[in-house]
Amino acid sequence: MSAAAIPAGESPSRRALRRFLRHRLAVFGLVVVVLFILAAVLAPLIAPYDPLQTSWARIRKPPSFEHWMGTDENGRDVLSRVIWGARASLMAGVVSVLGALCIGVPLGLLAGLAGGWADAVISRIADAMLSVPFLILAIALAAFLGPALENAMLAIAITASPVFVRLSRGMALDAKSTDWIEAARALGNPPWRTAFVHVLPNIIPPLLVQASLAIAEAIIAEAALSFLGLGQQPPQPSWGSMLNSSQRFLTQAPWLSIFPGATIMLVVLAFNLMGDGLRDALDPRAEKR
Amino acid sequence: MRASIKAILAAAAAILPALASLAPAAAQHLRIGLREDPDILDPTLSRTYVGRIVYMALCDKLFDINERLEVVPQLATGFRWESPTQLLVTLREGVRFHDGTVMDAEAVRYSLNRHLTMQGSFRRSEIADMERVEVVDPLTVRILLKAPSASFLSALTDRAGMIVSPRAAEELGRNFGTRPVCAGPFRFVERVAQERIVVERFRDYWDAGNIHFDRVTYLPIPDNTVRLANLQSGAVEFAERMEPDDLRTIQRNRNLRAVAVDELGYQGITINVANGERANTPLGRDARVRRAFELAIDRAAVNQVVYGGMYTPTRQPFPPASPFHVRDFQPEPRNVERARALLREAGVATPLTVEMTVPNNPDLRQVGEVIQAMVAEAGFNLQLRAMEFASSLQAAQRGDFQTYLVGWSGRVDPDGNIYAFTRSGGGQNDGRYSDPEVDRLLDAARSELDIEKRKDLYAEVLRISLGRDAHRIYLWHRKNIMAHSARLVGYRPVSDGMIRLQGMRLQ
Amino acid sequence: MGLWLLRRVGQVLPTMLILSMLIFGLQQLMPGDPALILAGEERGDPQVLAAIRAELGLDRPLHEQYLIWMGKVLNGDFGFSWRIRVPVSELILAKLPVTFQLASMAFVIAVAIGVPLGILSAVRRDTPADWAANGAALFGISTPNFWLGIMMILLFSVELGWLPPSGYVPLTEDPWQSLATTIMPAFVLGTGVASVLMRHTRAAMLTALAQDYVRTARAKGLPERLVVWKHALRNALIPVVTLGAIEFGRLLAGAVLTEQIFTIPGFGKLIVDAVFNRDYPVVQGVVLATALIFILLSLVADILYMLINPRLRQA
Repeated sequence: MSAAAIPAGESPSRRALRRFLRHRLAVFGLVVVVLFILAAVLAPLIAPYDPLQTSWARIRKPPSFEHWMGTDENGRDVLSRVIWGARASLMAGVVSVLGALCIGVPLGLLAGLAGGWADAVISRIADAMLSVPFLILAIALAAFLGPALENAMLAIAITASPVFVRLSRGMALDAKSTDWIEAARALGNPPWRTAFVHVLPNIIPPLLVQASLAIAEAIIAEAALSFLGLGQQPPQPSWGSMLNSSQRFLTQAPWLSIFPGATIMLVVLAFNLMGDGLRDALDPRAEKR
Repeated sequence: MRASIKAILAAAAAILPALASLAPAAAQHLRIGLREDPDILDPTLSRTYVGRIVYMALCDKLFDINERLEVVPQLATGFRWESPTQLLVTLREGVRFHDGTVMDAEAVRYSLNRHLTMQGSFRRSEIADMERVEVVDPLTVRILLKAPSASFLSALTDRAGMIVSPRAAEELGRNFGTRPVCAGPFRFVERVAQERIVVERFRDYWDAGNIHFDRVTYLPIPDNTVRLANLQSGAVEFAERMEPDDLRTIQRNRNLRAVAVDELGYQGITINVANGERANTPLGRDARVRRAFELAIDRAAVNQVVYGGMYTPTRQPFPPASPFHVRDFQPEPRNVERARALLREAGVATPLTVEMTVPNNPDLRQVGEVIQAMVAEAGFNLQLRAMEFASSLQAAQRGDFQTYLVGWSGRVDPDGNIYAFTRSGGGQNDGRYSDPEVDRLLDAARSELDIEKRKDLYAEVLRISLGRDAHRIYLWHRKNIMAHSARLVGYRPVSDGMIRLQGMRLQ
Repeated sequence: MGLWLLRRVGQVLPTMLILSMLIFGLQQLMPGDPALILAGEERGDPQVLAAIRAELGLDRPLHEQYLIWMGKVLNGDFGFSWRIRVPVSELILAKLPVTFQLASMAFVIAVAIGVPLGILSAVRRDTPADWAANGAALFGISTPNFWLGIMMILLFSVELGWLPPSGYVPLTEDPWQSLATTIMPAFVLGTGVASVLMRHTRAAMLTALAQDYVRTARAKGLPERLVVWKHALRNALIPVVTLGAIEFGRLLAGAVLTEQIFTIPGFGKLIVDAVFNRDYPVVQGVVLATALIFILLSLVADILYMLINPRLRQA
């Protein structure tokens, strides 16, 4: 996908935005995502209670006016914990994927543009990483490094990067074959400049799509790890660990399972919708829905 | 003609039920849900409570205890103290091991020596007073003690009294636990780690008439909700140590029965004071820091939050029902101010990071979290480290812990609740606490036969080892909540929480 | 074809080499001294410790250790479990069939749900049926499967009592009970893959339906059903089949959570238990085995693709 054919009168980003906004579901996804990020960032301001504040008198109270989502087994407000839990999910989701991008994209570009030996090694390493399913690798890292949110994020970043390596490598290879890259090289432009100026802008759209979907997977991944007890450690809230402790009280306090689980589903759904919308909007070759 | 048909039918109606009772009953298979997976199934080397439950099927012992906590005969038929240091034990005739060999006095001598001398034996401190065993005749042994011991007999009602087949033990050596051969009502069939332990009826059991199951399967299910769900759906017929929260659910279910029995033991926190380099922390070095930690905990509140107030807060290893319970050694009320003052006095910078190993049961994890919140107010940053139970025992034993939330099932004799845990070199003294005066008191209490004097000795031990040194923090005495299918009859709940299969059957 | 296969396998070897180095490197992250742990009660004895270290090769330089380790792995020796002293390979081989049964059932369920929905959605494009199917697929992808599992246990085991909430009965022992214990976890596992399959089937069908030969068939007056089934479907299934092989591998990973909730003693539960047991050799062995299986499956996927796709045959 090159920047060659631009219809006169409208920039590609403008057109993409217009197409994106036409998908109501994608917009819905975007709105939820923005709310999610706001909740995570502004948690200290909007959470009604301290998520770590225990209260032995208010254990497992059902949803009420004082506690919109009820209280958990240690008397903590569930709504506040869900809001603060967004931080763990946000960190794991966005930060990990950002990390994956920072690792994957430069490596992929290098592999694609430089070719030869560098390409062979980087591709093999990416293949090696892709052959271990994310969750297994994350669990192994938790075993060796100890269970902690940081290690979970590291595992997610490492396992998410090969996809970006492949993607950027593909784009770089595509770009390499166009004429004006040859011309630029002939003019004596250094490879990194080539990469920066010519390839990078074209990569951003598919990267955005892939990143959005990767964040959705990363959020589920963090929840899964915390559910197993290998991610965010208590007392810090995480949607996954909240689901874990809620299992004991399935019949007596179902709200403890429903709210965190539904929140995960909603946020992940939102990222998926947004990713789908982005894909449809940015890729001119995509099927019209 | 019609009359004779009627007669035949009437006769059939009368005879058939009788015939049915003569016909062999359908194979009775009992499935028991355990709270943890046992460690190695070798009576000499094992430490887990659930291991003892499995031994109820596999390995009979010289003596047992009944519901009234009295010593009753099992592999032995009787005993007599010839002198304060000489115990004569008469053995049951016609007992066979699972491999067909006969149990005789020589086998008893072999087993007791194995418990005492085998490398890595956890029974050593339980029968440390034993000097040697003499074979008087094939059905009588004489056990000679180094000093009089009030607790020795009760040690023989548990693993230290379990008799193993000498032939199998010699053949398998340290691998005996992979295929144990004893003299219990069931023989070992198979074991898949963390999945199941299967045993089948032993035809030549000495009390075979009392055993009605052909097969028993033990299933470790650490997650309480899952264990309960299994019981409710009929996947297991017996679930041990359920939670107080589940009691009401179980009582409302017409197909289930629940029994809550006060236990003989306790739940507590062991602190690493001298076991390896992980003891080298402010908590491990300074008793003031430990006392601060204890003062920050409100036992009653934790009990209320996690167990609905069902357990009994305590500051000592002896439950209230025990005659050795020390009345005036009770938990102090929570005092965060004093805790902080103690930390300042000890010159410790807060927040002080402390790690607590927690067995991977959901309720214990919650206990950990509640304590975490409580001690945070006093200046401790408690980090929880969840570990599978048997692994946590191993880790604690090699000193790989700072604090360890662990319980003890308890023994009838008070010595069984304190000696191995508090005396220098004690087999269960993971924190490696050591005080010569305490050692002297414990040894003296062991041989003291007068109850009042013994009580005073233990009271002094508590004052020094806990009041002054705070090497452990006892939290509460639990209730063993045992739940089973209504079809199961004949279960006799005993305070030790064991599931004795004699007399039990499924209807 | 044979040459292609050889070349393809040759491509895999450097990947596996790098993988092995990474997994070996994992071991270096381990806290604590393995010799101490293995020594058990004898750890106070320096001679015993030295003997263990020599046996494990811990006193050799790193690259030598790697070569020793590789040698053992190539011989099938994945080390010994610290917890129960059985070979890791034995543990893995014992648990793998269980997960395999689960994954197979999940795959069947996924195909049975996903492919028809995908076809339906493509054929009835932009109708309520399409939107409903798409919606279901989106929810399937977004719902955390451990949450779904918990909800299902609540409904089918606790409330209705139809199915056992946990445990596993081997197929060889009692087929009906085995089915009862695995149907819920298989369903939970399968929904995620069903959603992915559905979307890919839909996309592939849409592409196929827009092709020239389909238009030709339609113009020829062939009945719609014939057009769909005979022409479009066959081509649409190509990417699905190859995707399926890879998704099967992903099922192995998804099984970790499902096995935990339903207490199924499979491959996934093995590694989670190993973490809480601090049983590092088992963790390492599972990672290695998973990677090998994955690589094998992608090889199979490539072969399948080669076999089914007529256009690639010339390579």
